[in-house]
Amino acid sequence: MAPMRASGAYMNVSFVGLTGFDWSTSKDVGALQVGDHEPHVRGFAIPNAELALDGTVDPYLKAFANVVYKLDSNGETGVELEEMFFLTTSLPGNLQVKGGQFFTEFGRQNVQHPHSWAFADQPLALNRMFGPEGLRSQGLRISWLLPTSFYTEATMAVLNSAGTTTYSFRSEESSAIHGGLPIERAVGGAGDMLYVPRVATSVDLTSTQTLLMGVSGAFGPNNSGSSARTQIFGTDLYWKWKSPTAHQGFPFVAFQSEALVRRYDAAARDGEANPSLTLPSESLRDRGVYAQLLWGIKPMLVAGVRADYANGDHARYPVLDAPEGVNRSRYSTNLTWFPSEYSKFRFQYNYDHRTGIGNDHSLLLQFEFLLGAHAAHKF
Amino acid sequence: MTPLTHLVVAFGALLTTAGAETPRAAKPLIVVATTPDLAALAKAIGGNAVDVKALAKPTEDPHFVDAKPSHIVTLNRADVLIDGGAELELGWLPSLLESARNSKIAAGAPGRISVSQGIHLLDVPTSFDRAKGDVHAMGNPHFMLDPLNVRVIVTQIADRLTKVDPASAALYHANLKWFLGTLDQKLLAWQKELEPFRGAKIVTYHKDFVYLAERFKLEVVETLEPKPGISPSPAHLAQVISRMRSEKVRVILVQPFQSRKTAETVARQTDAVVLDVAQQPGALKNTATYFDLMDSIVHTLATALQEKR
Repeated sequence: MAPMRASGAYMNVSFVGLTGFDWSTSKDVGALQVGDHEPHVRGFAIPNAELALDGTVDPYLKAFANVVYKLDSNGETGVELEEMFFLTTSLPGNLQVKGGQFFTEFGRQNVQHPHSWAFADQPLALNRMFGPEGLRSQGLRISWLLPTSFYTEATMAVLNSAGTTTYSFRSEESSAIHGGLPIERAVGGAGDMLYVPRVATSVDLTSTQTLLMGVSGAFGPNNSGSSARTQIFGTDLYWKWKSPTAHQGFPFVAFQSEALVRRYDAAARDGEANPSLTLPSESLRDRGVYAQLLWGIKPMLVAGVRADYANGDHARYPVLDAPEGVNRSRYSTNLTWFPSEYSKFRFQYNYDHRTGIGNDHSLLLQFEFLLGAHAAHKF
Repeated sequence: MTPLTHLVVAFGALLTTAGAETPRAAKPLIVVATTPDLAALAKAIGGNAVDVKALAKPTEDPHFVDAKPSHIVTLNRADVLIDGGAELELGWLPSLLESARNSKIAAGAPGRISVSQGIHLLDVPTSFDRAKGDVHAMGNPHFMLDPLNVRVIVTQIADRLTKVDPASAALYHANLKWFLGTLDQKLLAWQKELEPFRGAKIVTYHKDFVYLAERFKLEVVETLEPKPGISPSPAHLAQVISRMRSEKVRVILVQPFQSRKTAETVARQTDAVVLDVAQQPGALKNTATYFDLMDSIVHTLATALQEKR
């Protein structure tokens, strides 16, 4: 019998729609979460709608594209080619090459799309280091699956270092980090590219428990000066227990944590607020960590708690008002219910403490639906 | 002896043993099956010439297996992959295969056996509408409980193993011959055991026993799930209970990963019995092979249907 596909013979097509309703005691809701993710206004939001296409190109390649539509706080629609890449399927030596634009393999959550997140918002640590859009850019990534008895994978990405999606590097938004006017910095050589190495390893502790750990780095130029550089280091850990008699994947318990540090070498630069003032060169250190625990109570019901902390060694002359730079801790709890595999309701509460700004409470309600092909879950 | 002498002697012994082992037995073919039922068939056909591993546990829901990194390693080293191919593994196998980067088991390669090809699938939807639940577009993927399907599948496995590993062709064909002979005899015995209950009505949790019912002339009148993949709701269960009462249905089948509690609640109100059955060999005691598994299912069913007559 000829195989038949529901979603087209040569390409999977899916559309994920995410809607939300948010409220916060903070009047400046948009400052709580950078970018278009929730919460960004008091009231209704459509933070994300994704059109995802994927398929096999030929016997050598697979390809994936993700087009994102998002509504800003004024209801204006923005369209973005979020990801578009090819992936080799049959290189020798356990190698695999990905090329195009993609979320870079740094840590655990950076590569995930919003509908795979366990919480309605992004961890603070990732926001601080990678900005609102996550770390992604145009380039190539090579991966090697090591011939060890347990899973070990080494990846190295070489990417363009400019743009909003390389926030800590040559980004127009980098003044939020160093308080100066970004300079025009052209690519002169290999040193002006962004390099993202990662090693991940995993073992099955028992037949029901799996541990996955990784270390990542991101190294590249920043545009505070003509030879200024940024280094980001991260470690991540994911542990999951799943019942041996799991039904629809439940019950389970999963723990996830990531810690990141950034060293941003800012050159002597003109102040953004007052260009006649020259800010001295300095090395800025930022740190962030989060830990979250999920409990899949029974089929289609998940409860979660998360603790977030980020601190900023902000530019010595904080000449601009950048709430994303302050010391901040946040505690979140949520409950997610999936009426089916293709829809979900999420209810989340955040308690926020920002040094110098105060304490805030936020409520986030999300509803999401999926049309078309259901992409396979990753671990 | 000093520890060093120990080491030298041990090393020497190792070399001698290694040298003495001629002619060396060929390395077994590494066969990975997505589910334990397919693994059991591969073992029966492959014998000592294959080293078989299953990805899913026998006790877990095969629709929702975690795409664990250890599975990536297993698939990366595989010579042959046997999968159902009718979307049962759609939620986890594609991402594993993408990471495993093993062209030997890519779709269309000789090392990839998607067993649903050649099977007449039931419940093939005439329209694609998820209002009907999570219906698999290609048809119902739980086809292994019809022994005639298994006949097609083991033949396919033997043919492919022969293609990939011609050196063991004689073994594969001998094992196939034995398996088919046993299967034919067993099928007659199973049909005989269930013959007195022709047309008997049963209830299952999911639509996972339709092939068994079709082959042995039983009738699945209801499932506890209102629609495939949708959790049982009180309204739907009330409807199931009233139908079971009016049609005198006395048997509910549940697998180890399905909610026995739900089945028990329904059984209490309908004077029915909850039967623990499994589709995967090894999930219940003494069900390591396909024949043991079918023996157990048929016998459990016949006993309960007899008692509840």
